[in-house]
Amino acid sequence: MGTETYQIDLGNLMAFDPSHHFPSVPSDREDLVKECLHKGTELVQEIANALFSLPSAEDPDGPIVHLPQPTTRLPREKHLPKPKPPTKWELFAKAKGIKKHKKDKRIFDEQTGTWKRRYGYDRVNDDNDVPIIEAKLTDEPGEDPFAKRKAEKKKRVEKQENNRLQNLKQAMKVGALTSHVQLAATALPITGSQKEAPKKASKEELENVAGMAATATASGGKFDKKLPGEKAPKHTGKYRKFLPVVEGKGMGNQEKQQTEKILNQLMAKSSHDILDVNKAVTMFNVKKEKQRRKEKDREAFSTSTKLKPKKKSLKRSSKKKN
Amino acid sequence: MNGGGRRDLKLIMLKIKTPKTHRAKRALEKRAPKLVENGKKTLILHGMKTSNLLNSVLTQIYHLKRDSAVKYTKKNENIRPFESGGETSLEFFSLKTDCSLFVFGSHSKKRPNNLVLGRMYDHHIYDLVEVGVENFRPIESFEYDKKITPQTGSKPFLAFIGEGFESVEELKHLKEVLLDLFRGEVVENLNLAGTDRVFVCTAISSTTVFFTHCALRLKRSGTSIPRMELVEVGPSMDLVVRRHRLPNDSLKKEAMKTASDQPKKRIKNVSSDIVQGKIGKIYIPDQQVGNMPLSSDIKGLKRERREAKKNKWNWMPVDVSRKHMLDRIKYESCSS
Repeated sequence: MGTETYQIDLGNLMAFDPSHHFPSVPSDREDLVKECLHKGTELVQEIANALFSLPSAEDPDGPIVHLPQPTTRLPREKHLPKPKPPTKWELFAKAKGIKKHKKDKRIFDEQTGTWKRRYGYDRVNDDNDVPIIEAKLTDEPGEDPFAKRKAEKKKRVEKQENNRLQNLKQAMKVGALTSHVQLAATALPITGSQKEAPKKASKEELENVAGMAATATASGGKFDKKLPGEKAPKHTGKYRKFLPVVEGKGMGNQEKQQTEKILNQLMAKSSHDILDVNKAVTMFNVKKEKQRRKEKDREAFSTSTKLKPKKKSLKRSSKKKN
Repeated sequence: MNGGGRRDLKLIMLKIKTPKTHRAKRALEKRAPKLVENGKKTLILHGMKTSNLLNSVLTQIYHLKRDSAVKYTKKNENIRPFESGGETSLEFFSLKTDCSLFVFGSHSKKRPNNLVLGRMYDHHIYDLVEVGVENFRPIESFEYDKKITPQTGSKPFLAFIGEGFESVEELKHLKEVLLDLFRGEVVENLNLAGTDRVFVCTAISSTTVFFTHCALRLKRSGTSIPRMELVEVGPSMDLVVRRHRLPNDSLKKEAMKTASDQPKKRIKNVSSDIVQGKIGKIYIPDQQVGNMPLSSDIKGLKRERREAKKNKWNWMPVDVSRKHMLDRIKYESCSS
């Protein structure tokens, strides 16, 4: 038996005897158990000695002691929470020195002369409460000022929502998004020139779908079982073209032409001097169109509401001259 | 918004998802990473093949940890904790049940009655210990007075015996994992009347640990500290360490990080300026101009000074009025 010092971690109610070792493992199971329990009792007694000597508060259920912090360090379950990055408004306010002031819930409403809430039901300065909007000199005759107010409010709300989204995205980048907020992508990013969402199939297209699928069968959909209400496919059977057995006078060698065409197509792909000029020109034009469209879109988005002079149009005309 | 590149960020529609009910919000916040964490929950599950023995081992461990454990009953085919691809299911379950400890049982010819005890950090595998169970005795095989049965969820005592726990790396790792698994909730205040169980782990050899669960009987002794008596109640088994995997150093460092012990207390009346550095504010109470002592009472002070000189060596009683003390100090500084 080594020294009687045990390592006690009171916060975990744990005791460790580092000096004990079995000189020979007792062959009998019972003896082993007895020895272990005996040692265990000693250790537990040690912990209890330390535990019961702590200052205890009396409680109807029993004495309550305040345990110290556990000394054994164990790994955490989850990472430490990261501090939220300041929002755009917070940065601006800090830079300008704007301080938050506590706002009262009830404000005196000048319009009605009563105390109303600052927000919510029956609030101060509600847009819907305004009965008359006086016309200004700058107003156009056909404009509806009430609708204009509504539109402005909607724009403001949308702008705020965008700002909020930006702040959350910023927080997500750092990894400090609040636990109850999730940012989910609702649609996949649209790349290239296909800016429109895929259109829903029309009624005619749906009716023809079965017919289109039928071409995959060997008989071209002639013997396919039809569902109730389904129309007959437009063309049943396979398209096949047979070359004439006997070639009359005045016709070229069709079989030779057919094989020649196939061979030419095969060779053209690997040959470099056979260049289809028309095709090349079309490809080039299409590519240019795509580029132009993309740039126009980018430009259209980045411009502010103010009107900008169209510089691009000048450049395009210069190219057309060439 | 950056407009460059083929994939325009502006076209990704992002939607902010927030819980619609307060209950859902509370549930999410419960699972969020916190400074002071909740108690770790345990996930108990098994693989494709288990033996009778292993089934009872798993159920009895579940009974020991009733409130803070989740037991799955289905067979899981694709969980192989020690292989690189075989832990995705485990991580998914851990995420869904918010459990960061797991006990995975499996039985094969090569590794009979196998238990893999593992821990998770951020729902990814942190470390693993594989043990084999031998000489298992279930709770039913012990005879004891049912009155001393430990209550569910009571904080246990833990006793580790043996130098093997310090010298052998596998046993050291196993000791840490067993501590994490069985220590229960970390509490600040403990009711001494509710301590009724103890887990005893003895390192019999360099690979085996004898693990048993006992109930505590507090016996009357002469002093205020009761005498402890251990009665074996619970499952007892021999754990033979087979394999283990320690965490990466960087992961370990990150997981062991703790924030400063107290939450950052805002020190009041201290601010810092870029130009002047640390600035403090001192609040002085208003001066009561009407009650301020006048210091031109020279006649009285002169008398006091004479008397003080006379009684220089006998200390005057301390309860001298503040006025006289102030004036005396002032006079002494003036005259010197």
